[in-house]
Amino acid sequence: MSDVELIPVVATETPFFLPLFSCTVPAGFPSPASDHLEDELFDLNRLLLRHPDATYLVRVAGESMAGAEIHAGDLLAVDKQMEADHNHIVVAVVEGECTVKQLVCKGGTWWLMPANPAFKPYEIRDTDEVSIWGVVTHMLHELVPGKLAALLRTRD
Amino acid sequence: MFGLVDANNFYVSCERVFQPRYEKRPVVVLSNNDGNVVSRSAEVKALGIQMGAPYFEVKELLKANNAAVFSSNYALYGSMSARVMYCIAQRVPAIEIYSIDEAFLDLHGLEQHLTPYLGRLDNLAHTIRTDVKRRTGIPTCVGVAPTKTLAKLANRLAKKLPDLDGVLYLDSAERQAWALRQVAVGDVWGIGRQYAAKLMAAGIDSAADLARVSDAWARKHLGGVVGARLVQELHGRPCSGLHPSEDGTLSRQSISCSRTFGRPLTGYTDVLAAVTTFLSRAAEKLRAQGDIAYVLTVYISKNRFAPHVLPPYSRSATLTLPGGPTADTTVLLSYASSLLGRLWEPGTAYHKAGVVLDGLEPPGTGQQLSLFSSPPAATQPDNEREEKTSQASRPGLMASLDALNQRFGRGTVRLATALPAPAEPAVPGGSNRPAWEGKAQWRSPAFTTRLEDLLLVN
Repeated sequence: MSDVELIPVVATETPFFLPLFSCTVPAGFPSPASDHLEDELFDLNRLLLRHPDATYLVRVAGESMAGAEIHAGDLLAVDKQMEADHNHIVVAVVEGECTVKQLVCKGGTWWLMPANPAFKPYEIRDTDEVSIWGVVTHMLHELVPGKLAALLRTRD
Repeated sequence: MFGLVDANNFYVSCERVFQPRYEKRPVVVLSNNDGNVVSRSAEVKALGIQMGAPYFEVKELLKANNAAVFSSNYALYGSMSARVMYCIAQRVPAIEIYSIDEAFLDLHGLEQHLTPYLGRLDNLAHTIRTDVKRRTGIPTCVGVAPTKTLAKLANRLAKKLPDLDGVLYLDSAERQAWALRQVAVGDVWGIGRQYAAKLMAAGIDSAADLARVSDAWARKHLGGVVGARLVQELHGRPCSGLHPSEDGTLSRQSISCSRTFGRPLTGYTDVLAAVTTFLSRAAEKLRAQGDIAYVLTVYISKNRFAPHVLPPYSRSATLTLPGGPTADTTVLLSYASSLLGRLWEPGTAYHKAGVVLDGLEPPGTGQQLSLFSSPPAATQPDNEREEKTSQASRPGLMASLDALNQRFGRGTVRLATALPAPAEPAVPGGSNRPAWEGKAQWRSPAFTTRLEDLLLVN
């Protein structure tokens, strides 16, 4: 006969912190290969973006949206899945070129409005000529010169 | 039911997502080294330019039609492919990633149970199609049918016939029979060029003709049970299910990596640099699937189309690794360089090299100790230290190497042998590209994977 020893199971009282998943993804797309646990960082893409897998990062060139605090060198998160609506800031394709403007509906007509008096508003007359590439959901502007500022310097 | 989602001229479509100015213009993407046409927009197909056509042959025609020409940009295509696959995978129970731009879908039971699509898998297919287009900008076509072979065939027709609006659902026997009549036998999945010629000679021209052959005939003339299964699949009786996807779960039986060089190479160190790079890549794939390799093959080829080149055009050397199986790049390289040395003919211009790893197994399975290899203690004391550093596998080092390259980009940490020879200093201001690397004159930016390359908007 063998003795059976009872080992008491103690209920844990201390709170249990679950670490967040984070993966380094350049354009907000989750790569299954890079899943790994990290206990300090969390992923801004997952935290802020509505549709990370449908979001693309683009870089601003020029100051046509300066009045909306969007400046050259800023990063924009552009959601291709979202339906564009009145007052959204969008990336639009005008005659084959990408541009960031505010989509505005005024008296039954749609306009692409710059936020800079030096640029002209564009009236959308022909839907063949203009399409909406995506809706800008977030903007990343560097307050302390860093990688984006360095990029801007190398480009020009 | 199975589905097959296939992107329409995927590489061209990826280029157009980020460069909408090419939306209505003819566009081609060229293969590695800018050699052949590998992706054609509809406008280019209409010009009669065939898939795989050598670029120099169609250059003038493309130019005359104001076509845009791109070098292949695999960083972009790979990243867009992952987005497309992710989007599809969210809609269906299981997918098999068949290639960079194709996925099979498992739709079993959905026609009975998925509420909004009761009996209407074509509606599900349309949803997937619009969803992929909206989230990635990539146009696709979807075929739905009772077998993978028929799904592939349905997809082909969905692409070919614009009236179908990108979706073909072969739900009834009548539709299946109709679809079989539309497709030439050579375009059936699994029928290669040689079988196609053989079948046509036997009077079998369409998929419908092929579906009519007897089981015995198929076994005799179409490679045994494989051919018999193919015919069964055409009848709508599934003979194969989904295979595990490429994202890590599908283990390869052998791993190879090869490239045609950008220009012919005569220097041993240049070719060795190429072999090292290919070997590093293959070993990385080997470790990613958790295997070790028993057999290593190295081959080098001359350009058989160049004047005054004598056969043999290609020479290869294979070695069963004397030190036992390994996944260690440095160990593999020591063997690869001796194999290359055996193949090398001085004064010859080589234009391609490759490595193949065979006999892949997870470590510890069926591994047999070699009868003749000397146990470590028996090595001569003089050689012992050297032996250890050159032969011992270092899984920890390899894991760190892979982790660094994954985190900071491929090629961040490389073997020094892979670097361009120091005798050829980098051109000031130019790129420090190794001699073997191909031409890619018209490569677009890596819009989705490099901060420096992000799309610029005004």
